Amino acid sequence: MTQELNLTLQVWRQEGASDPGHFETYAANGISEDMSFLEMLDIINEDLIENDQIPIEFDHDCREGICGTCSLMINGQAHGQEKATTTCQLHMRKFNDGDTIVVEPFRARAFPVVKDLVVDRSSFDRIIESGGYISVNTGAASDANLTPVPKEAADTSFDAAACIGCGACVAACPNSAAQLFTSAKLAHLNLIPQGQSQRFERTETMVDTMETFFGSCTNHGECHEACPKEISLDFIAFMNRDYVKAKMKNRKLAGQS
Amino acid sequence: MTVLNSKIPDGPVADKWENHKFSTKLVNPNNKRRFEIIVVGTGLAGASAAASLSELGYKVKAFTFHDSPRRAHSIAAQGGINGAKNYTNDGDSVHRLFYDTVKGGDYRSREANVHRLAEVSVNIIDQAAAQGVPFAREYGGLLDNRSFGGAQVSRTFYARGQTGQQLLLGAYQALAKQVASGGIELHTRTELLDVVLKDGRACGIVTRDLVSGEVASHSGHAVVLATGGYGNVYYLSTNAMACNVTAAWRAHRKGAFFANPCYTQIHPTCIPASDEFQSKLTLMSESLRNDGRIWVPDAFDDTRSPSQIPDSERDYYLERKYPAFGNLVPRDVASRNAKTVVDQGKGVGTLKNGVYLDFEAAIERDGEAAVRSKYGNLFDMYQNITGENPYQTPMRIYPAIHYTMGGVWVDYNLMTTIPGCYSIGEANFSDHGANRLGASALMQGLADGYFVLPYTIGDDLAGRLGEATVPTDDPVFAEAEAGAHDQINRFMSIGGTRSVDWFHRELGKIVWDYIGMERTREGLEKALSEIPALEEEFWKDLRLPGSAATLNSGLEKAGRVADFFELAKLMARDGLDREESCGGHFRAEHQTDEGEAQRDDENFAHVAAWEWNGADSVQTRHQEELTFENVALTQRSYK
Repeated sequence: MTQELNLTLQVWRQEGASDPGHFETYAANGISEDMSFLEMLDIINEDLIENDQIPIEFDHDCREGICGTCSLMINGQAHGQEKATTTCQLHMRKFNDGDTIVVEPFRARAFPVVKDLVVDRSSFDRIIESGGYISVNTGAASDANLTPVPKEAADTSFDAAACIGCGACVAACPNSAAQLFTSAKLAHLNLIPQGQSQRFERTETMVDTMETFFGSCTNHGECHEACPKEISLDFIAFMNRDYVKAKMKNRKLAGQS
Repeated sequence: MTVLNSKIPDGPVADKWENHKFSTKLVNPNNKRRFEIIVVGTGLAGASAAASLSELGYKVKAFTFHDSPRRAHSIAAQGGINGAKNYTNDGDSVHRLFYDTVKGGDYRSREANVHRLAEVSVNIIDQAAAQGVPFAREYGGLLDNRSFGGAQVSRTFYARGQTGQQLLLGAYQALAKQVASGGIELHTRTELLDVVLKDGRACGIVTRDLVSGEVASHSGHAVVLATGGYGNVYYLSTNAMACNVTAAWRAHRKGAFFANPCYTQIHPTCIPASDEFQSKLTLMSESLRNDGRIWVPDAFDDTRSPSQIPDSERDYYLERKYPAFGNLVPRDVASRNAKTVVDQGKGVGTLKNGVYLDFEAAIERDGEAAVRSKYGNLFDMYQNITGENPYQTPMRIYPAIHYTMGGVWVDYNLMTTIPGCYSIGEANFSDHGANRLGASALMQGLADGYFVLPYTIGDDLAGRLGEATVPTDDPVFAEAEAGAHDQINRFMSIGGTRSVDWFHRELGKIVWDYIGMERTREGLEKALSEIPALEEEFWKDLRLPGSAATLNSGLEKAGRVADFFELAKLMARDGLDREESCGGHFRAEHQTDEGEAQRDDENFAHVAAWEWNGADSVQTRHQEELTFENVALTQRSYK
């Protein structure tokens, strides 16, 4: 039968970007173990509204682990302790009665807090805008089967493309680096034939843009541990190799090899 | 005489789109930059439209209430996208996709629109593949296809169980490229509050910056609404939490007719709610019905665990009632039967709100490893959410709302009844009739955005060369902004006792009970008396702590729920007037002896499009007659 949990929550409250912020303690009693973590926060918010207090703002949308909107550091871990799980898919049965849970926003200089647990991750959009696409205007495509893609390459490209852009990699990184996010998009596009003509230009501009927002990678691997889609660290190595190549290559001769 | 002009081109159905493209007026490439187009919503339809329009040279302003265009709920579509490529050599063609879609829509869609959709479906696949969308491939490197949703041919392209995600990322990246080039001005965390008209024509929108609370005006030569469906009117649905009808509804209040609101679609295999506070329902692939057996206990209120109920005391009701199709009957039939047994008190689970989907026979027959290889990820997902191991105990499933076929009425050019205002994707009503086929939603969103709107929008704009946009200090904008402020102030000053979510949940229960899977005259009339009562309470007893000058998700929800109240009433009215069953609209009074939907083609082969008459009066129902010259009308049977 369904168990009920009584929990203590320490939640980061911050009115806006200029407010220094602080922790507030809330009691979460009678929480069903079948609830998701976000539904537990819904209940706390219902209680706050009942008591005419301001509810906690947090980012969320699809609640099925694919949109990448939800975030949260739960007990110091991005998306909580479960492997390969977004916060919306984290269920309360993973916690014990009497636990104290610390809930904070994703913290990184490139992710300024908007309010409470909501952060601004638009720096990710800037990275994509700098080259995370294949330039093909609508209508310009040839028949899809004119460009075969070796299955293994297509599968690896997909493994990288599975990134949901949540930012857990950055939040988990001691340097707030965005190598895993950036390399995932680069691997998605650089591993397939369609992406070859812009491969090195794309690598250079995306890495350079990334560097303007985020810290440097020192190979901790925390990003991969926190990633709800288990994006591989191999993609970072692939990105680094391509970045060096991009700096060395004479792109005027790219058509020859 | 109808006031609706669908502008369907003349000629044979297969030539209409070709002819129309030729007769459409063009805007010279150098003149496109002189037009500003507002695109609201950045899902599949909105992102693809914004990117394509910008590539053509139009100045585009794109708006999303999300923090990034990539969050739109198109991202959650699992199954696939149809394309009449006939790569599998199994006899598919544009005509067959057209035929299947008209039939699947239970003969309540426009033939001309559906044919165009089937025609451009092949271009969508080419476009997406060129963008790097990682569709599934064969070992030779060519694209793989599968049959989907009971189709007789394999025409569905897919990207694992994440086709929507990958297609959306493709469109988002195309949009991002145009943002970087300066062709698109992107506004994130910005929600539409009103569509603004000058002299009867759309001239812009009023928005609220969700972070600062600032209400602002934006003007353009055209306004495109790509804001998705209204499934969240049910509160519990497979939609994302923020999906809403607000943009479409506020356009409706300004003169855009709203068509067929009672056409909503149910998905039969979702995980049932576990408690009152459940916030959404999770869909699991329908493919599970290929190997799972659906049953409930024979006895009412049987509290034994499933393993203790012997076979002789179980009712495999689909196998019993539909021996030929068994557990594989279509979505609506499976859903209605589940509702029947649960309503009888035979539901399973703590809340008695589900039916069993049992894999015991499949595991005995094929072994656990074989079942795991087919459905492993779905079983894991189920276990993660429910804490139960479906290899050992049957899954519990129940139907949930997941798509809405109704929406803003549009003509063949995708223009609404407000000149200059367009609607694309799930937000419009045009292509799916009374029922959407699997793998057709992604197709329609991208067809509208990539390949239809970019052509058709020129027809209206071409004649407006040299017309300036209406300046945002014009009184029409000031008036709309004042209206938006009034509504915000009204919400903030009610000072009642209940949260927005409470009202939304209560509304959802009424809509689900009376305008859900099965409707009756009595139920719909009940909805029409209960919804206004709850709505009145909402406006009296809502409590919204906090300020309007900051991020305030309660305030955002209040505006959306206010619109859901008005929509729900129209859904009930539309369902009441449609005295037939068709597709997702099942009126219990209109069924065959076999319990199938009984259409009334003589009296209801038309689109019902509703005209707003002000908040205090009922909308006027207009009809657009549907003619079927290429597809013969038939009756379904699954016995």
